[in-house]
Amino acid sequence: MKKRWLCLFVENEIGVLAGISGLFSGKSYNLGSLTAGVTEDRTISRITMSLTSDDRTFEQVKKQLNRRVEVIKVVDYTDVAIHMKELMFIKVSGCSAKDMEEIFRISQIFDITVMDYNRDAVLIESVNTENYNNDLIALLGKCFANRIEIVRGGSVAVEALSITDR
Amino acid sequence: MDITGAELFVKALKEEQVDTLFAYPGGQAIDLFDALYGEDDINVILPRHEQGLVHAADGYARSTGKVGVCLVTSGPGATNLVTGIATANYDSVPLVCFTGQVPTGLIGNDAFQEVDIVGITRSICKYAVTVYKREDLAGIVKKAFYIAKTGKPGVVVVDLPKDIQREYGSDGYPEKVEIRGYKPDCSVHTGQIKKAMELLNHAQRPVFLIGGGVKISRANKEMLKLAEITGVPVITTIMGKGAIPAVHDLYVGNIGIHGSYAANTAISKCDVLFSIGTRFNDRITGKTEQFASGASIIHVDIDAASISRNIAVDVPIVADAKMAIDKLIEKAKPLDIKAWVEQIGEWKKQYPVTMKKDGMTPEKIIQAVNRTFDNAVITTDVGQNQLWATQFLDLNERKQMLTSGGLGTMGYGFPAAIGAQIGNPETDVVVISGDGGMQMNIQEMATAIVYELPITICILNNGYLGNVRQWQEMFFDRRYSSTCMRYRKSCIANCNTPTECCPQYTPDFIKLAESYGAKGIRVTDEKEIMPALETAKNNRKVPTVIEFIIDREENVMPIVPPTNALNNMILESEDS
Ligand SMILES: Cc1ncc(C[n+]2csc(CCOP(=O)(O)OP(=O)(O)O)c2C)c(N)n1
Ligand SMILES: [Mg+2]
Repeated sequence: MKKRWLCLFVENEIGVLAGISGLFSGKSYNLGSLTAGVTEDRTISRITMSLTSDDRTFEQVKKQLNRRVEVIKVVDYTDVAIHMKELMFIKVSGCSAKDMEEIFRISQIFDITVMDYNRDAVLIESVNTENYNNDLIALLGKCFANRIEIVRGGSVAVEALSITDR
Repeated sequence: MDITGAELFVKALKEEQVDTLFAYPGGQAIDLFDALYGEDDINVILPRHEQGLVHAADGYARSTGKVGVCLVTSGPGATNLVTGIATANYDSVPLVCFTGQVPTGLIGNDAFQEVDIVGITRSICKYAVTVYKREDLAGIVKKAFYIAKTGKPGVVVVDLPKDIQREYGSDGYPEKVEIRGYKPDCSVHTGQIKKAMELLNHAQRPVFLIGGGVKISRANKEMLKLAEITGVPVITTIMGKGAIPAVHDLYVGNIGIHGSYAANTAISKCDVLFSIGTRFNDRITGKTEQFASGASIIHVDIDAASISRNIAVDVPIVADAKMAIDKLIEKAKPLDIKAWVEQIGEWKKQYPVTMKKDGMTPEKIIQAVNRTFDNAVITTDVGQNQLWATQFLDLNERKQMLTSGGLGTMGYGFPAAIGAQIGNPETDVVVISGDGGMQMNIQEMATAIVYELPITICILNNGYLGNVRQWQEMFFDRRYSSTCMRYRKSCIANCNTPTECCPQYTPDFIKLAESYGAKGIRVTDEKEIMPALETAKNNRKVPTVIEFIIDREENVMPIVPPTNALNNMILESEDS
């Protein structure tokens, strides 16, 4: 079992996303994350998705996706040079003055931004790799147990030019 | 000139050379039916149930090679298609199914007779689409036919909202289609062909394993040629049976859980397994770890996703069967495998698939069908009747069999025969059905009557859901749970043995046939088999129902018990 990444170019039409997610549930493939958005060509959407599978299942996933009429292209990003980032919001509530201080300190060391705050809550934005975000959640989860709210967007990826970042 | 969507729909059908339309009307399709009224070029068939309708279109498509076309209304009309869509798609049958839909402005409102048929069918068809704009209609219909019949054929669902049917727009119909995400591959990788033939030419114990793909690509002649040049024995799946004549010397038999001993043993012992157009479904592989375990496997299939899914393959070839076989023939030469061919012949002789029993066995009935009909389409239902048919029918170029192999849909056989007869008016059409499955679409008797279809319907009546009962007998201690078709409230609880005193069967198939205006013949003795079939064959105006009263606990043999390897077969019933 291994984590894999795929980039899909699909027709920007009603039902295409339902078809793709239906394929995963119907064939019990293990879908991790999925993001979709329109490309520079308005008739095409681009999807970045992750899944965890063995080699044989992964081959099937790619073939089954390719088989779909609305899927224009499937690119395997698992082992290629890409830039990959995920947008994540973390809201920490019930903060004391000391908590606040600590969060601002964390935000200076880590590559995150404080977007908004009030007297007892802080909203942090993190645009980083998935692993980075995982570590951040682990850290904040420890410091502020049961007081954090997390919104993860799923990663988007693009082929790298000179350097890799994933 | 501007025309309505409904008028364009009719024009599109004509452009696609649709001569027959299987259609059942309703509120959201009424404009389409209006546009069809008085249309001489399209034969509109009105079945009695939309499930019967779609199986008929399926039988029409399988037997003619053309696209089968369905038209139904929204909601219940559309949902009644679901089983038939899955049945056809599973067996790679080209269908285009048009469904009426509530007007675009009402979609999502839980309007009367609104269902999301595209959402419902997405996972059981090749492509499903709703037409949201009148200007897209022509292009979508063109695309639908193209997708249905090219590549691995399948079912396309086109959902037509009522306002689109009524809206005026261009009467243009495109000549070409271009779908950027769909490029049915028409090439064959010559390097792979070379590799495959090298492997085959050095084999000591090779076999061909032929699936339905060879028949779908209409490569029967080429396949026979390839087999005859190389001299390599041919085994088929039930969908591939008939790809080469079943009486041919090189034909070994069917593989699978009810395959022949010779075929299953040859697969288990071969050193090169050359398979074409099969997806190695669990019904044919038995326990996969032991499937052809000593063999190098070559696999030709049009669907890349079918290759190395269930069985790891050494030489994959993604291609249309006919194109691949043509290329293979170029490199084919006679193989020196006399001992192997003789060995298989020995197995065939030693363990033939036959019922050693007196009286009216299913084998004798099906042999009589072989003798009576020369140029025929034979459809089967699902269950023991189907398995016996696949074991005993002598298929060849002039005798083809239509059967629901992938989905195994009871109720398929009779309506499929209706479609086959409509598509092949000069050919004899025969149904082999069980008593259970016959009742699943019996209402189509009216369709067969009104269109004067002289179909011969053979019901093998064992008074049981026989296939399930056989499993209960063999693997569930004879606990005949819900499989007796003669059960009545007055019966003892937990009955597990049929007796002379079992309640009468209902319905009376003969009276039922007669009430529709069909001919009915009940056969209880083997001497009556041939005369009954002759009568049916000569009855040219209405269908003939022949009810064969067979042994209630007849079994399909041999059988590979569940989870066993393919060559681990039970050859005979305990009682015989
Ligand atoms: C629509 C549907 N329902 C249930 C089944 C499961 N099933 C497979 S064979 C069979 C028994 C069929 O009985 P019958 O039509 O009398 O044929 P027989 O096996 O007796 O020849 C059943 C219930 C099925 N294949 N299709
Ligand atoms: Mg029965």
